[in-house]
Amino acid sequence: MQLWLIPLLPLAGFAVNGLFGRRFSKAVVNTIAVGSVLLSFLWVLKTLSALGAFNGGLEEAYREHYYTWIQSGALSINVDFAIDRLTAVWLMIVTGVGLLIHIYAVGYMAHEGGYYRFFAYLNLFMFFMLVLVLGANFLLLFVGWEGVGLCSYLLIGFYFLEKFATDAGNKAFIVNRIGDFGFALAIFLIGVHFKSLDFSTVFSAIKPMPVEAEVGWITAAGLLLLVGATGKSAQIPLYVWLPDAMAGPTPVSALIHAATMVTAGVYMVARSSQIYLHSAFSLDVVAIIGIATAFIAATIGLCQNDIKKVFAYSTVSQLGYMFVGLGTGAFSAGVFHVMTHAFFKALLFLGAGSVIHALSGEQDLRKMGGLAKKIPITCITLFCAGVAIAGVPPFSGFHSKDAILEAAYEHAPWIYWVGVITAGMTAFYVFRALFLCFFGEYRGPAEEHMHGHGHDDHGHAHGGVHESPAVMWVPLAILAVLSLGGGYINIPRFLEPLYGAEHDAPAWLMYVSVVAGLLGIAVAYLFYVVSPSLPEALAKAFSGPYRWIYNKYYVDEFYDSTVVRPVVDGSREVLWRGADVDVIDGAVNGVGTFARATGALLRRAQSGYIRSYAAWVLAGSILVVVLMGFVWVGR
Amino acid sequence: MTLLDTVLFLPLVGFFLLLLVPRNNPQASRMTALLVSVFVFAASLGLIAPYWFAAPTGWQFEHNAPWISYPPIRYHVAIDGLSLWLVLLSTLLTPIAVLVSWKHIDHRVKEFFAFLILLEFGLIGVFVSLDLFLFYVFWEVSLVPMYFLVGVWGHERRIYAAVKFFLYTMAGSVLMLAAIIYLYNKSGTFDYSAILSQLQTGRLAFDARTQLLLFLAFFGAFAIKVPLFPLHTWLPDAHVEAPTAGSLMLASVMLKMGTYGLVRYCLPLFPESAHDSAPWIAALAIIGIIYGALVALVQPNMKKLVAYSSVSHLGFVVLGIFSFTQQGLDGAVYQMLNHGISTGALFMLVGYMYERRHSLEIAAYGGVATPAPNLAVVFLITTLASIGLPMLNNFVGEYLVLQGTAQANFTWVVFAALGVILSACYMLWLYQRAFYGKASESLSHHMSDLTPREWAAIIPLLVLMVWMGTFTQTFLPPISSQNAQILQQSQPAARVALNAR
Repeated sequence: MQLWLIPLLPLAGFAVNGLFGRRFSKAVVNTIAVGSVLLSFLWVLKTLSALGAFNGGLEEAYREHYYTWIQSGALSINVDFAIDRLTAVWLMIVTGVGLLIHIYAVGYMAHEGGYYRFFAYLNLFMFFMLVLVLGANFLLLFVGWEGVGLCSYLLIGFYFLEKFATDAGNKAFIVNRIGDFGFALAIFLIGVHFKSLDFSTVFSAIKPMPVEAEVGWITAAGLLLLVGATGKSAQIPLYVWLPDAMAGPTPVSALIHAATMVTAGVYMVARSSQIYLHSAFSLDVVAIIGIATAFIAATIGLCQNDIKKVFAYSTVSQLGYMFVGLGTGAFSAGVFHVMTHAFFKALLFLGAGSVIHALSGEQDLRKMGGLAKKIPITCITLFCAGVAIAGVPPFSGFHSKDAILEAAYEHAPWIYWVGVITAGMTAFYVFRALFLCFFGEYRGPAEEHMHGHGHDDHGHAHGGVHESPAVMWVPLAILAVLSLGGGYINIPRFLEPLYGAEHDAPAWLMYVSVVAGLLGIAVAYLFYVVSPSLPEALAKAFSGPYRWIYNKYYVDEFYDSTVVRPVVDGSREVLWRGADVDVIDGAVNGVGTFARATGALLRRAQSGYIRSYAAWVLAGSILVVVLMGFVWVGR
Repeated sequence: MTLLDTVLFLPLVGFFLLLLVPRNNPQASRMTALLVSVFVFAASLGLIAPYWFAAPTGWQFEHNAPWISYPPIRYHVAIDGLSLWLVLLSTLLTPIAVLVSWKHIDHRVKEFFAFLILLEFGLIGVFVSLDLFLFYVFWEVSLVPMYFLVGVWGHERRIYAAVKFFLYTMAGSVLMLAAIIYLYNKSGTFDYSAILSQLQTGRLAFDARTQLLLFLAFFGAFAIKVPLFPLHTWLPDAHVEAPTAGSLMLASVMLKMGTYGLVRYCLPLFPESAHDSAPWIAALAIIGIIYGALVALVQPNMKKLVAYSSVSHLGFVVLGIFSFTQQGLDGAVYQMLNHGISTGALFMLVGYMYERRHSLEIAAYGGVATPAPNLAVVFLITTLASIGLPMLNNFVGEYLVLQGTAQANFTWVVFAALGVILSACYMLWLYQRAFYGKASESLSHHMSDLTPREWAAIIPLLVLMVWMGTFTQTFLPPISSQNAQILQQSQPAARVALNAR
């Protein structure tokens, strides 16, 4: 089946553009970058249809072995790829949505420097993401995991002349490393217990084991894996890198920081479902972290003014929903939401990119307004995404969110209720952003004074609000169709061979969550269209809580003062200047001073001529040999 | 005369050749050094032959002949899966060091290259000697040229650094010499294999206290060389003051003399003491991993940063060795090679930057990626290798070390893995400060991109980073099968008896 072609095609694109792209014209760079992803997408389609995934086949995993990567004693780690239905879902999302975003980026990045570099990184990302979902053991999953993190780092810091961009890149990499610390420990734990990291070996060994009643090593493995997932999928407490990651170009935010990479944690937990099903405690922790993240990120999203930041916190929040699905045992519902979220959140970001593009780099919602007439296609597609994420039936988000909330209610009603409140807030902040952007009067600078500025550094020589070219709006339109109708791709049904069928739930659960969503839209309409003075008055009335939320609960400041500063200052003052220079080296130099006093007698030896040094070395050697002779004779 | 003899003595021949080159023709010295070292490398590739299709244990290319009749010191050399790649690392890095010094060294050129080639002779000798006295001779032979490389061609505080390096190492090796002589007195031979078989058959036995003292005497010498916390303070000074080629050879090959010694001598010769001391040594290794990384984090000087990162990386190697597991030991040996390649490359690149800007302070840079994009890419790949990104070499070593250690003691791994987080912090922060941002006018003026000669020196290392990260089966099988034998030899007697029951 040649599964290796799927990731290798984008890798080849990366290699060609990375090595020679500087000398290529933009058209050649485009053709290579988009073409490699297109071929990869077509190969996925061909492979999946050959395996019967589209008509009831692929109930068992299909697997290919390539070569032994690491062999040490009893431990053998292979480069093997495998496809099962879970992987199939991700393959379709990654190559399909990835292809659309590549095409969009051709238009979006047309005026940017470092064009070939951007597409090389993007192709490299595709390679690692595909390795991540195709790998048949934990270590290959880790390869993809670290690799997408690298590409994320490179692309966040794409505008590397700007310190905020490279700071955000470093933050993303290092916070993810903290998560990877947990992931790596989980791998070691699994390796110690099974002498293998192979998915099929490990999971079939776990399957007959009893569910852990108390915290044992399976629970430990589950929790450590979750630490990794909280890093990559931006969950509490490691979510702080994702909002900053918006420093990267907008197509990157759409592809990596919304549709694909950040769902890797969901993939990992869903892949390791056997581990979680054998540990009720770690499953509960997954659900609680998920719902807490969903709720808190939504509250922060309520009062962000940067359009990309709103959608970034929304991503954190929606990822929280996915973890609620996983943690309540509804793995397939969580995966379902991954897919619909990939559609509507990619669309939200690309649409935001189109707005930013139209406004030549402006990202502040307060300086937008009244754009509906000027960029109608962007406006319509963004509202399609809006109704999808708000859970309005029958659009895509409604189906997946409903599946999660029903499972949550069955598991613990309080999670359901918090989820419903979050759904209301979600609808509110998304429509707040859309109303501020498209309705009312234009609040930005007069058009003739416009020039490139803003966080995205997305400047254009030509001024004036303008609709994006077809190469950008066609992907938007396709994603809009998927956002509206994607809910009818029945992922839970497709994943039944892996996770079993879902239960039926009382119908009122659905009505409540739909009402919450509609209510959110209505309040946003009231606040930002009907009576725009209301929000400011509210913010003044509740200035205390407002300031907390506006400043994102001061979490960054808290981490900075409790972790970053102590580590850096402690290392500098205590370890380096204290322990290393004063204590250890002080002792050494003390010995040295004593020796120097003695050595003053032998000063004549220090002639400075290499020849005489050599003579001394020779003399010394002879002396040593003679002395040794005495030692032996003396015995 | 075996191929190994050729590989060993060619550098010595080259050394004398270089002495014959006229002093007023530095280009001839450079060319001679390059040709000799490339030729040695080419010859050394032949050493892989027995390992190409199989992974035999035991000695290959063995040559055992009397050297001094009394005391019975023999010229006994051979390689096995443990020393094979270390020899190749030495022969690969010497021509690279020559290339790196091509323009950088502009005074006493002839002597510089002579010492560099002599250093190669000493390093290869250390890895292939099977006679304890011969081993000691090579150990000291390698010390002298490095002393001069730092002391004559180094930076401002070179004398201080060179003397410190020399005294530290001497302090350790004198103890080792005493232990070697003691072993000779008890066994009547300096021969490694003979002593080992005497120990295994019980013809030679020590009480616990004596064995511990002997172990510590060897261990001390090796631990200083590694260097293991808290014996590391010679390293930052030596690196900062050394010329680029000196740092390169020191970090890439010379430190491995210590870790090689631990595996070759400390484990099989004194297994009980090694096992008993393992928790203490592991604790020092873990402290070194975290401590080295934290101190690296706050260094304003690039070379010092890389030097402290070496302390951290070598901590992983020691930890793997004293995990007494197959994976731990395999990872440790693999990591010796990885560190040689990635940290060697880092020192080389820092050297390139120094040649342009004449400063090692990170603050003197900033925005290098704009005027020198190729240098920036190469530095980035090396950085990523150094922080253990999968598909690059260090990842495999670190993974195996930690997987093996996890089997021995999971708590150790929890602490050791913190070093992996910190390595990302200090390297990426360095990279950001040196390469990102807007370049100043004067920096752009000085920072030209890589020259063909510089490319030639770095490309072999870049290729190896990817190769060793993706196709470990080229390198790992000889190491692994030899380590299995060493682990078996390192079983404490008491445990062997238990297992037999």
